[in-house]
Amino acid sequence: MDAIVVEDLRKSYGDVQALDGISFTVGEGEVFGLLGPNGAGKTTTVKVLATLTKPDSGRAEVVMQDVVKDPNGVRRTIGYVPQGSGVDRDATGRENLMLQGRIQRMHGAQLKSRVNELLRLVGIEEAADRVVRGYSGGMKRRLDVALGLVHRPRVVYLDEPTTGLDPEARVSMWEELGRIAGQEALTILLTTHYLEEADHLANRLAIVSRGHVVVEGTPNRLKQSREGDSVTVELVDGSTPEARAIIESLNGIREVRVEGRLLRSRVENGARAIPQILSALDRSGIAVDAVDSHRPSLDDVYLHYTGRDFSEEDEAITE
Amino acid sequence: MNVARDTWYMVGRQARNLMREPIWIALLVIQPLVWLTLYGQLFKHVTNLPGGGFGTTSYITFLAPAIVVMNAFFGGTWSGMAMISDLDREVIPRFLATPVSRFALTASQVVRAALIATIQGLIILLISLALGVRIDTGFEGWLIVIVTAGLVAAPFAALSTAIALLTRKEATMIAVANFIGLPLLFLSSTLIAINQVPHWIQVTSRYNPVNWGVDAARQVVLPGTDWGSVGEHIGLLFALTLAMTGVATWTFRAYQRSL
Repeated sequence: MDAIVVEDLRKSYGDVQALDGISFTVGEGEVFGLLGPNGAGKTTTVKVLATLTKPDSGRAEVVMQDVVKDPNGVRRTIGYVPQGSGVDRDATGRENLMLQGRIQRMHGAQLKSRVNELLRLVGIEEAADRVVRGYSGGMKRRLDVALGLVHRPRVVYLDEPTTGLDPEARVSMWEELGRIAGQEALTILLTTHYLEEADHLANRLAIVSRGHVVVEGTPNRLKQSREGDSVTVELVDGSTPEARAIIESLNGIREVRVEGRLLRSRVENGARAIPQILSALDRSGIAVDAVDSHRPSLDDVYLHYTGRDFSEEDEAITE
Repeated sequence: MNVARDTWYMVGRQARNLMREPIWIALLVIQPLVWLTLYGQLFKHVTNLPGGGFGTTSYITFLAPAIVVMNAFFGGTWSGMAMISDLDREVIPRFLATPVSRFALTASQVVRAALIATIQGLIILLISLALGVRIDTGFEGWLIVIVTAGLVAAPFAALSTAIALLTRKEATMIAVANFIGLPLLFLSSTLIAINQVPHWIQVTSRYNPVNWGVDAARQVVLPGTDWGSVGEHIGLLFALTLAMTGVATWTFRAYQRSL
């Protein structure tokens, strides 16, 4: 059975088309990643699925409940971990969890033991009775996750769960989330703009750009769709048209893209292609600044399907 | 049933967070006390004006209940700041993704402001006592002044919460608080007896909720209390609180449309 069905959602804010026909489904028990740069429509999608805002058109269902027609049914089914942090900083970790449980209609000993269990699960037991103001960013985020889990929801949305965390806290958060996903038998919808995070956590993911899904599949399938290695050559000057022609004429080269002084080539085997490329360029007197070869990554997948470099697009939008 | 329970939980959250830093409630009383002592001195002799209407020869006795109300009114108009902080910190979106009653969310802001106003009202009254103010109707009078403080803070807190939900900007909040603050204060009998002010202000003040509060609180402090007028003004304030809380709850729709 599908836990989440999203069909042709559209929503605009003034002139900005935030959602432009986004569609995907998430099976029960899956960890599904929505991957894309800031402004691609990930957070808006989650807000629609969390009943915080209504779409202009299209349909969204969570465990067979329509987000527009039965918002309270959806609200009981989901746990929502907002982007940033939604914790009450003037309350303790335990007080935050107790209140969240109560407004999800839990009470008594059952709620108390659930709160203790979660404090242990996310590893903030020792700080449970301290006011959140004094928590580190990582601890706050763990509390956020626990808040989303109090009422044992069947579906949890994690909106950029590790944005703003330092690399160390991020990696430990990944471990935590991986363990929780296994232990709580949850369907998780994760949004992220870290390729590495999607690769690490999601069973399946969709690349989102400009309000719709560009491509969807398991991380491995997506990477395999980009067969071969990627070789990037950085030239000293701008003689790229010549260099491109030279590289394209070599054996085993599939495609060459030019970005400024960078030439990105898809090749069958990076280790064999690099000496060929370098000597061919050397013969023509084209100076090379740097060269790099790597196995296909989600970055390449992203680049292929959107025609844009992930980090560049991200920066352009953030600015 | 759920609405009552949710309201109880949300009020509990507000009260707990408030009591965690009780010193702020007391510190915020300093400003009204400065008003009380300075105005008390400045206008000391206005009670001798021909035409009278002050009901007492002690201006500070005339002024003290009005300062309690003024403080409650200012506190209410500023209280939307707490909502803005909850919105900025994503606390409200997190609550909105649960089945919690929206009324509980606004009502708890209103109760919070009313709670602060009553505690501060009590402190101001105690200090007024030390300055020689006597409350003519005794215990009931104390009670009514305090309740009035809460009921003046409440509708303005609801208004302030609604503005917070609509604009989500501190700057707008400050502008609105300033825009309505002083006019409503001066279009009332807060500082001077109503028969000493121009006719148009007398008429306007009848529709001014701040003046309803000043009248109710002052009636019980001064001799010759008109209990009918006290009841009427408290009733009006209560009705206004309900109406404004309803409006604030309704603005959640507008807020969610903007998400």
